[in-house]
Amino acid sequence: MLEAQMEVTVDELKGLVSQRAIDGETMILNMGPQHPSTHGVLRLLLELDGETVVSCVPDIGFLHTGIEKNMEAKTYEKALVMTDRMDYLNNLGNNLCYCLAIETLVELDVPPRAQMVRVLLTELTRIASHLVWLGTHALDLAAMSVFLYTWREREVLLDIFEMCSGQRMMTSYFRPGGIWRDLPSGFEEAVQQFIDLFPDRIEEYENLLTENPLYIDRTKGIGVISSSQALEIGLTGPNLRATGLPFDLRKTRPYSGYEQFDFEVPTASNGDTYDRYIVRMEEMRQSLRIVQQALVKMPEGPFRSDNRKFVPPPRSELGHSMEAVIHHFKLWTEGFSAPKGAVYIPVESPRGILGCYLVGDGGPMPRRVHFRTPSFANLQALPMLAKGHLVADLVAIISSLDPILGDVDR
Amino acid sequence: MSSAKTSLAALQQELEDRVLDSFEFRNQITAVLLPDSIVDACEFLRQRDFDLLIALTASDHWPEEPRFEIVYQLYSTQTDALLGISVFLDGEEPHIQSIDAIYPNANWHEREVFDMFGIDFPGSSDLRRIIMPHDWEGHPLRRDYPLGYEEVQFTFNFDEIDQRKKYAKD
Repeated sequence: MLEAQMEVTVDELKGLVSQRAIDGETMILNMGPQHPSTHGVLRLLLELDGETVVSCVPDIGFLHTGIEKNMEAKTYEKALVMTDRMDYLNNLGNNLCYCLAIETLVELDVPPRAQMVRVLLTELTRIASHLVWLGTHALDLAAMSVFLYTWREREVLLDIFEMCSGQRMMTSYFRPGGIWRDLPSGFEEAVQQFIDLFPDRIEEYENLLTENPLYIDRTKGIGVISSSQALEIGLTGPNLRATGLPFDLRKTRPYSGYEQFDFEVPTASNGDTYDRYIVRMEEMRQSLRIVQQALVKMPEGPFRSDNRKFVPPPRSELGHSMEAVIHHFKLWTEGFSAPKGAVYIPVESPRGILGCYLVGDGGPMPRRVHFRTPSFANLQALPMLAKGHLVADLVAIISSLDPILGDVDR
Repeated sequence: MSSAKTSLAALQQELEDRVLDSFEFRNQITAVLLPDSIVDACEFLRQRDFDLLIALTASDHWPEEPRFEIVYQLYSTQTDALLGISVFLDGEEPHIQSIDAIYPNANWHEREVFDMFGIDFPGSSDLRRIIMPHDWEGHPLRRDYPLGYEEVQFTFNFDEIDQRKKYAKD
């Protein structure tokens, strides 16, 4: 009975693992979807020779919620809500990508104030995402204090998001044409407070990790990849920049006004786990620079486009304008229509390139929405990175790639 | 932008009439190719300087024919050129040659397209379902696949639906 079960298992795996596993020389271990160190519901089939990983086969799909199919059944604006939930640490970044795609497709203008707010909040989201990465990465390597400190900083950021949109995480604050509502009073003070306190906090994290011999021992030389290998396997974002290639879509293909900002793109040269850490730490500093500049340069003006064919009128207008009522009605029942055609908009998320492929068919619901998510593409590199390392190193490699399973599975 | 245009021109010269159409929409360039020419096109563009396959996805135009549209987006990190390639496939046994020998990162994207649309990629190094469970039947993102809500059981059709409803019955 037991033998029959074993045979079935080995048959399924015949193409995936090496002959040594089928012979019984190496062990196949399941690092199941429920695991504290896999950063979500990631299942890994590990072929182990002792404690060394011979091959690693990722099995994903445990967090698949059919976001792309569901978006085809909702109007453009209502489908926006689903984008927050893909990469759930980069909510505003996902909103931005989808909104840019809609705006490109229907040729909708975005006022400068909205663009500046979008950049500011997207960079704060990037900092929040890197804080989670830092905390969970350190936690995987048993540095628990860092985890608790980063969550403390993140509370300040989540308070800022709550102040703007009412929601801590799933904000849906960016809408086609601009932002949902104007910035609340108290926003500038809150962001300034964060800008003042954060540089010291980054120093604190660096004091704990950067020159820590335990940390260096566990991360230097682990999971090394070269830039050409990285591009071949589709690795983007800080993972690619750690190999030496200074490629950042905010610089090469600026969107939403990023060309007005003065910031650097940090790189490192070895492409190992330690370098990925260094790049992300520096990215937090550069994001803070952008936030500072955005706060100073914030222009006055409308916060959303006034093209009533796409943007609902403010409630105050509904009392005295018939056109406003009609637009409100049409937009909230049927929704605006997009022309026939397809656009692909790539943006830089904290994990890499996030692209939205949006197909319109003349109706109010998108024909097809596909998100090229960075975590899905980055996770493909895991088998290559993990070969020959110990299981403990595998944990460090997974966390340094920074996969978010909502992003991977959608 | 201009680099995408010059690359498109070079591609048209290289492949001649296997490039069926090309157009620009919202400042983005797309070339429509014959399905057999995708490998040659990718090899040519890879040598040019399109070093990153940034997206590989599909779109279902059911009930129109040709039913499936496979979309490739190639990007050059050196020159910031984004070139889209579209290939149209019929609904009956859709298949297209895999490009994962040229762009290894195409593998997982092709697996996703196979899983969600049922398009075969002969020549792929590893074609299995990636997101749905390995023994799932059907291809979810096809237009004729239901969005999947639960059937409402009233008293008159309770038993009928109960027979075909999937749950632990014993």
